[in-house]
Amino acid sequence: MANIKEHNESLDFVYDFYVKMKRNNINLAYEGEITHQITKAFTSLAETNMAHEEDPSSVQKKVFHVMVECLQNISKHSEGNANESAKDGRGIFMVSKAATEYNVTTGNIIKNVNVEKLRSILENVNKQDKDGLNKLYKQQMREGSISDRGGAGLGFIDIARKTGQKLLYSFLTIDNVNSFFILTSTISRIKE
Amino acid sequence: MSVIKIQGTDDTPTVTLDRDNNIFEISGRSLPEDVVVFYKPILEWLDDYKNNPLEKTVFNFKLEYFNTASSKLLLDVLLKLEDISNDGHDVLVKWHYPDDDEDMEEAGEEYSDIVDVPFEQVPYSI
Repeated sequence: MANIKEHNESLDFVYDFYVKMKRNNINLAYEGEITHQITKAFTSLAETNMAHEEDPSSVQKKVFHVMVECLQNISKHSEGNANESAKDGRGIFMVSKAATEYNVTTGNIIKNVNVEKLRSILENVNKQDKDGLNKLYKQQMREGSISDRGGAGLGFIDIARKTGQKLLYSFLTIDNVNSFFILTSTISRIKE
Repeated sequence: MSVIKIQGTDDTPTVTLDRDNNIFEISGRSLPEDVVVFYKPILEWLDDYKNNPLEKTVFNFKLEYFNTASSKLLLDVLLKLEDISNDGHDVLVKWHYPDDDEDMEEAGEEYSDIVDVPFEQVPYSI
Protein backbone atom coordinates (compact mmCIF):
# COMPACT_ATOMS: atom_id res chain seq x y z
CA MET A 1 0.00 0.00 0.00
CA ALA A 2 1.46 3.27 -1.09
CA ASN A 3 -0.51 5.25 1.39
CA ILE A 4 -1.87 3.43 4.44
CA LYS A 5 -3.60 6.49 5.82
CA GLU A 6 -5.59 6.98 2.62
CA HIS A 7 -6.46 3.32 2.55
CA ASN A 8 -7.79 3.45 6.13
CA GLU A 9 -9.82 6.53 5.34
CA SER A 10 -11.35 4.76 2.41
CA LEU A 11 -12.26 1.78 4.63
CA ASP A 12 -13.85 4.17 7.12
CA PHE A 13 -15.81 5.70 4.29
CA VAL A 14 -17.15 2.35 3.17
CA TYR A 15 -18.33 1.46 6.67
CA ASP A 16 -19.71 4.92 7.26
CA PHE A 17 -21.58 4.75 3.96
CA TYR A 18 -22.95 1.32 4.87
CA VAL A 19 -24.15 2.54 8.29
CA LYS A 20 -25.80 5.59 6.75
CA MET A 21 -27.57 3.50 4.14
CA LYS A 22 -28.85 1.13 6.82
CA ARG A 23 -29.94 3.96 9.09
CA ASN A 24 -31.89 5.60 6.27
CA ASN A 25 -33.36 2.30 5.06
CA ILE A 26 -31.78 2.75 1.63
CA ASN A 27 -32.33 -0.36 -0.48
CA LEU A 28 -30.79 0.91 -3.64
CA ALA A 29 -28.40 3.77 -4.38
CA TYR A 30 -26.83 4.51 -7.73
CA GLU A 31 -24.89 7.37 -9.24
CA GLY A 32 -24.12 7.44 -12.92
CA GLU A 33 -25.61 7.37 -16.33
CA ILE A 34 -29.26 6.29 -16.44
CA THR A 35 -29.74 4.29 -19.61
CA HIS A 36 -32.71 2.26 -20.69
CA GLN A 37 -30.81 -0.88 -19.64
CA ILE A 38 -30.28 0.56 -16.14
CA THR A 39 -33.95 1.46 -15.92
CA LYS A 40 -34.92 -2.09 -16.86
CA ALA A 41 -32.39 -3.60 -14.44
CA PHE A 42 -33.50 -1.50 -11.44
CA THR A 43 -37.19 -1.97 -12.01
CA SER A 44 -36.82 -5.70 -12.45
CA LEU A 45 -34.65 -5.85 -9.31
CA ALA A 46 -37.32 -3.97 -7.37
CA GLU A 47 -40.01 -6.31 -8.71
CA THR A 48 -38.04 -9.37 -7.62
CA ASN A 49 -37.35 -7.92 -4.18
CA MET A 50 -40.90 -6.77 -3.63
CA ALA A 51 -42.28 -10.16 -4.66
CA HIS A 52 -40.98 -11.47 -1.31
CA GLU A 53 -42.63 -8.64 0.61
CA GLU A 54 -46.04 -8.48 2.16
CA ASP A 55 -46.95 -5.28 0.30
CA PRO A 56 -50.16 -5.49 -1.73
CA SER A 57 -49.67 -5.66 -5.49
CA SER A 58 -51.20 -2.18 -5.87
CA VAL A 59 -48.33 -0.75 -3.78
CA GLN A 60 -45.74 -2.75 -5.71
CA LYS A 61 -47.14 -1.51 -9.01
CA LYS A 62 -47.01 2.09 -7.80
CA VAL A 63 -43.38 1.74 -6.71
CA PHE A 64 -42.53 0.22 -10.09
CA HIS A 65 -44.33 3.02 -11.90
CA VAL A 66 -42.71 5.83 -9.89
CA MET A 67 -39.28 4.26 -10.43
CA VAL A 68 -39.79 4.10 -14.19
CA GLU A 69 -40.95 7.71 -14.42
CA CYS A 70 -38.16 9.02 -12.18
CA LEU A 71 -35.44 7.10 -14.03
CA GLN A 72 -36.76 8.27 -17.38
CA ASN A 73 -36.83 11.86 -16.08
CA ILE A 74 -33.11 11.68 -15.37
CA SER A 75 -32.23 9.95 -18.60
CA LYS A 76 -34.18 12.53 -20.59
CA HIS A 77 -33.64 15.76 -18.69
CA SER A 78 -30.41 15.64 -16.71
CA GLU A 79 -27.87 18.10 -18.06
CA GLY A 80 -24.17 17.46 -18.23
CA ASN A 81 -21.93 19.51 -16.01
CA ALA A 82 -19.05 20.87 -18.04
CA ASN A 83 -17.03 21.57 -14.89
CA GLU A 84 -17.15 17.99 -13.73
CA SER A 85 -17.09 16.50 -17.23
CA ALA A 86 -20.39 14.79 -16.46
CA LYS A 87 -22.44 13.60 -19.40
CA ASP A 88 -26.15 14.16 -20.00
CA GLY A 89 -28.54 11.65 -18.49
CA ARG A 90 -26.59 11.15 -15.27
CA GLY A 91 -27.83 11.43 -11.77
CA ILE A 92 -28.28 9.85 -8.40
CA PHE A 93 -31.12 7.42 -7.82
CA MET A 94 -32.19 6.02 -4.43
CA VAL A 95 -34.98 3.84 -3.15
CA SER A 96 -35.68 3.54 0.55
CA LYS A 97 -38.18 1.41 2.39
CA ALA A 98 -39.45 2.45 5.81
CA ALA A 99 -42.18 0.84 7.93
CA THR A 100 -45.00 2.85 6.37
CA GLU A 101 -43.68 4.05 3.03
CA TYR A 102 -41.34 3.72 0.09
CA ASN A 103 -39.39 6.76 -1.05
CA VAL A 104 -37.91 7.17 -4.50
CA THR A 105 -35.38 10.00 -4.67
CA THR A 106 -33.56 11.35 -7.69
CA GLY A 107 -30.94 14.05 -7.97
CA ASN A 108 -29.57 15.51 -11.16
CA ILE A 109 -27.99 18.59 -12.61
CA ILE A 110 -30.11 21.10 -14.48
CA LYS A 111 -29.26 24.47 -15.96
CA ASN A 112 -30.11 27.47 -13.78
CA VAL A 113 -32.06 28.98 -16.68
CA ASN A 114 -34.47 26.04 -16.51
CA VAL A 115 -35.02 26.12 -12.75
CA GLU A 116 -37.95 28.55 -12.67
CA LYS A 117 -39.83 26.76 -15.43
CA LEU A 118 -39.44 23.41 -13.67
CA ARG A 119 -40.36 24.93 -10.30
CA SER A 120 -43.59 26.37 -11.71
CA ILE A 121 -44.52 22.99 -13.26
CA LEU A 122 -43.97 21.26 -9.91
CA GLU A 123 -45.83 23.98 -7.97
CA ASN A 124 -48.76 23.63 -10.32
CA VAL A 125 -48.83 19.85 -9.86
CA ASN A 126 -48.68 20.18 -6.07
CA LYS A 127 -51.57 22.69 -6.05
CA GLN A 128 -54.00 20.17 -7.58
CA ASP A 129 -56.30 17.73 -5.86
CA LYS A 130 -57.05 14.34 -7.45
CA ASP A 131 -59.63 15.74 -9.88
CA GLY A 132 -57.33 18.60 -10.82
CA LEU A 133 -54.50 16.15 -11.53
CA ASN A 134 -56.77 13.98 -13.68
CA LYS A 135 -57.86 17.04 -15.65
CA LEU A 136 -54.28 18.19 -16.06
CA TYR A 137 -53.22 14.72 -17.23
CA LYS A 138 -55.98 14.51 -19.82
CA GLN A 139 -55.27 18.00 -21.07
CA GLN A 140 -51.55 17.35 -21.41
CA MET A 141 -52.18 14.00 -23.12
CA ARG A 142 -54.52 15.63 -25.66
CA GLU A 143 -52.63 18.83 -26.28
CA GLY A 144 -49.05 17.82 -25.61
CA SER A 145 -46.76 16.03 -27.96
CA ILE A 146 -43.76 13.79 -27.43
CA SER A 147 -40.72 16.03 -27.08
CA ASP A 148 -37.51 15.40 -28.96
CA ARG A 149 -36.25 13.97 -25.69
CA GLY A 150 -39.00 11.37 -25.80
CA GLY A 151 -41.06 12.63 -22.87
CA ALA A 152 -44.75 13.40 -22.85
CA GLY A 153 -44.72 15.95 -19.99
CA LEU A 154 -46.87 13.60 -17.95
CA GLY A 155 -44.45 12.05 -15.46
CA PHE A 156 -44.81 14.47 -12.51
CA ILE A 157 -48.60 14.66 -12.86
CA ASP A 158 -48.87 10.90 -12.91
CA ILE A 159 -46.53 10.37 -9.94
CA ALA A 160 -48.62 12.85 -7.93
CA ARG A 161 -51.95 11.25 -8.76
CA LYS A 162 -50.83 7.62 -8.46
CA THR A 163 -49.13 8.18 -5.09
CA GLY A 164 -51.73 10.63 -3.76
CA GLN A 165 -48.84 12.56 -2.17
CA LYS A 166 -47.25 15.93 -2.81
CA LEU A 167 -43.93 15.92 -4.66
CA LEU A 168 -41.01 16.96 -2.45
CA TYR A 169 -38.34 18.84 -4.30
CA SER A 170 -35.57 21.34 -3.96
CA PHE A 171 -33.00 23.12 -6.09
CA LEU A 172 -29.45 23.61 -4.82
CA THR A 173 -27.37 26.13 -6.67
CA ILE A 174 -24.04 24.64 -7.75
CA ASP A 175 -22.59 27.66 -9.56
CA ASN A 176 -23.78 30.40 -11.89
CA VAL A 177 -24.67 27.87 -14.61
CA ASN A 178 -25.96 24.76 -12.89
CA SER A 179 -28.25 23.65 -10.09
CA PHE A 180 -28.86 20.29 -8.48
CA PHE A 181 -32.49 19.21 -8.62
CA ILE A 182 -33.70 16.77 -5.96
CA LEU A 183 -37.09 15.08 -6.12
CA THR A 184 -38.58 12.65 -3.63
CA SER A 185 -41.76 10.70 -4.33
CA THR A 186 -43.46 8.84 -1.51
CA ILE A 187 -45.56 5.71 -1.90
CA SER A 188 -47.54 4.75 1.19
CA ARG A 189 -47.35 1.07 2.19
CA ILE A 190 -50.57 1.39 4.16
CA LYS A 191 -53.64 0.59 2.13
CA GLU A 192 -56.11 3.47 2.04
CA MET B 1 -53.29 -5.87 -46.38
CA SER B 2 -50.13 -6.53 -44.42
CA VAL B 3 -50.15 -8.05 -40.95
CA ILE B 4 -48.38 -6.60 -37.92
CA LYS B 5 -47.28 -9.20 -35.43
CA ILE B 6 -44.87 -8.04 -32.74
CA GLN B 7 -43.83 -10.42 -30.00
CA GLY B 8 -43.82 -8.67 -26.61
CA THR B 9 -40.79 -8.29 -24.37
CA ASP B 10 -40.38 -7.05 -20.80
CA ASP B 11 -40.56 -3.46 -22.06
CA THR B 12 -42.59 -3.64 -25.26
CA PRO B 13 -46.12 -4.97 -25.81
CA THR B 14 -47.37 -7.80 -27.98
CA VAL B 15 -49.12 -6.28 -30.96
CA THR B 16 -51.31 -8.08 -33.48
CA LEU B 17 -53.01 -6.18 -36.28
CA ASP B 18 -54.49 -8.69 -38.67
CA ARG B 19 -57.41 -7.57 -40.82
CA ASP B 20 -57.95 -10.93 -42.56
CA ASN B 21 -58.33 -12.79 -39.27
CA ASN B 22 -60.09 -9.92 -37.50
CA ILE B 23 -57.52 -9.64 -34.69
CA PHE B 24 -56.58 -6.25 -33.29
CA GLU B 25 -54.73 -6.36 -30.01
CA ILE B 26 -52.12 -4.58 -27.90
CA SER B 27 -51.18 -6.43 -24.72
CA GLY B 28 -48.48 -6.74 -22.10
CA ARG B 29 -46.06 -4.03 -21.03
CA SER B 30 -45.21 -0.79 -22.71
CA LEU B 31 -42.19 1.22 -21.66
CA PRO B 32 -40.08 1.17 -24.81
CA GLU B 33 -36.83 3.10 -24.96
CA ASP B 34 -38.27 5.21 -27.79
CA VAL B 35 -42.08 5.28 -27.80
CA VAL B 36 -42.32 7.19 -31.07
CA VAL B 37 -40.22 4.66 -32.95
CA PHE B 38 -42.12 1.72 -31.45
CA TYR B 39 -45.61 3.03 -32.20
CA LYS B 40 -44.89 4.57 -35.60
CA PRO B 41 -45.54 1.41 -37.70
CA ILE B 42 -48.69 0.73 -35.66
CA LEU B 43 -50.10 4.20 -36.32
CA GLU B 44 -49.14 3.96 -39.99
CA TRP B 45 -50.85 0.60 -40.27
CA LEU B 46 -54.03 2.08 -38.78
CA ASP B 47 -53.89 4.99 -41.25
CA ASP B 48 -53.85 2.41 -44.00
CA TYR B 49 -56.59 0.33 -42.38
CA LYS B 50 -58.79 3.43 -42.06
CA ASN B 51 -59.22 3.47 -45.83
CA ASN B 52 -60.72 0.02 -45.92
CA PRO B 53 -61.83 -1.15 -42.46
CA LEU B 54 -63.93 -4.19 -41.62
CA GLU B 55 -67.61 -3.66 -41.04
CA LYS B 56 -66.96 -4.13 -37.35
CA THR B 57 -63.58 -3.66 -35.67
CA VAL B 58 -63.09 -4.96 -32.12
CA PHE B 59 -59.82 -3.62 -30.75
CA ASN B 60 -58.50 -5.26 -27.58
CA PHE B 61 -56.19 -3.55 -25.11
CA LYS B 62 -54.92 -5.89 -22.44
CA LEU B 63 -52.06 -4.05 -20.82
CA GLU B 64 -50.32 -4.93 -17.59
CA TYR B 65 -48.33 -1.77 -17.45
CA PHE B 66 -47.54 1.31 -19.51
CA ASN B 67 -45.44 4.38 -18.78
CA THR B 68 -46.64 7.97 -19.28
CA ALA B 69 -44.88 8.37 -22.63
CA SER B 70 -46.73 5.27 -23.89
CA SER B 71 -50.03 6.65 -22.58
CA LYS B 72 -49.77 9.47 -25.08
CA LEU B 73 -49.13 7.06 -27.96
CA LEU B 74 -51.97 4.78 -26.86
CA LEU B 75 -54.22 7.83 -27.09
CA ASP B 76 -52.97 8.34 -30.66
CA VAL B 77 -53.97 4.73 -31.44
CA LEU B 78 -57.42 5.34 -29.93
CA LEU B 79 -57.82 8.56 -31.93
CA LYS B 80 -57.29 6.57 -35.13
CA LEU B 81 -60.07 4.23 -34.02
CA GLU B 82 -62.24 7.26 -33.33
CA ASP B 83 -61.66 8.40 -36.93
CA ILE B 84 -62.83 5.01 -38.22
CA SER B 85 -65.89 5.25 -36.02
CA ASN B 86 -66.59 8.82 -37.17
CA ASP B 87 -66.43 7.60 -40.76
CA GLY B 88 -69.52 5.52 -39.96
CA HIS B 89 -67.90 2.15 -39.27
CA ASP B 90 -68.59 -0.03 -36.29
CA VAL B 91 -65.75 0.11 -33.74
CA LEU B 92 -65.61 -1.34 -30.25
CA VAL B 93 -62.68 -0.87 -27.88
CA LYS B 94 -62.35 -3.56 -25.23
CA TRP B 95 -60.19 -2.42 -22.34
CA HIS B 96 -59.11 -5.46 -20.33
CA TYR B 97 -57.70 -4.90 -16.86
CA PRO B 98 -56.80 -7.12 -13.89
CA ASP B 99 -59.76 -6.91 -11.50
CA ASP B 100 -57.48 -5.83 -8.64
CA ASP B 101 -55.80 -3.04 -10.61
CA GLU B 102 -57.64 0.22 -9.97
CA ASP B 103 -55.08 2.31 -11.82
CA MET B 104 -55.51 0.28 -15.01
CA GLU B 105 -59.29 0.45 -14.65
CA GLU B 106 -59.13 4.23 -14.21
CA ALA B 107 -56.83 4.54 -17.22
CA GLY B 108 -59.54 2.86 -19.32
CA GLU B 109 -62.21 5.19 -17.93
CA GLU B 110 -60.00 8.14 -18.70
CA TYR B 111 -59.51 7.11 -22.33
CA SER B 112 -63.22 6.47 -22.75
CA ASP B 113 -63.86 10.05 -21.56
CA ILE B 114 -61.41 11.52 -24.04
CA VAL B 115 -62.14 9.45 -27.11
CA ASP B 116 -65.54 9.30 -28.73
CA VAL B 117 -65.71 5.60 -29.53
CA PRO B 118 -67.73 2.73 -27.99
CA PHE B 119 -65.73 1.46 -25.05
CA GLU B 120 -66.14 -1.65 -22.96
CA GLN B 121 -64.31 -2.26 -19.67
CA VAL B 122 -63.48 -5.94 -19.21
CA PRO B 123 -62.09 -7.01 -15.82
CA TYR B 124 -60.22 -10.30 -15.63
CA SER B 125 -58.71 -12.19 -12.72
CA ILE B 126 -55.10 -13.35 -12.76
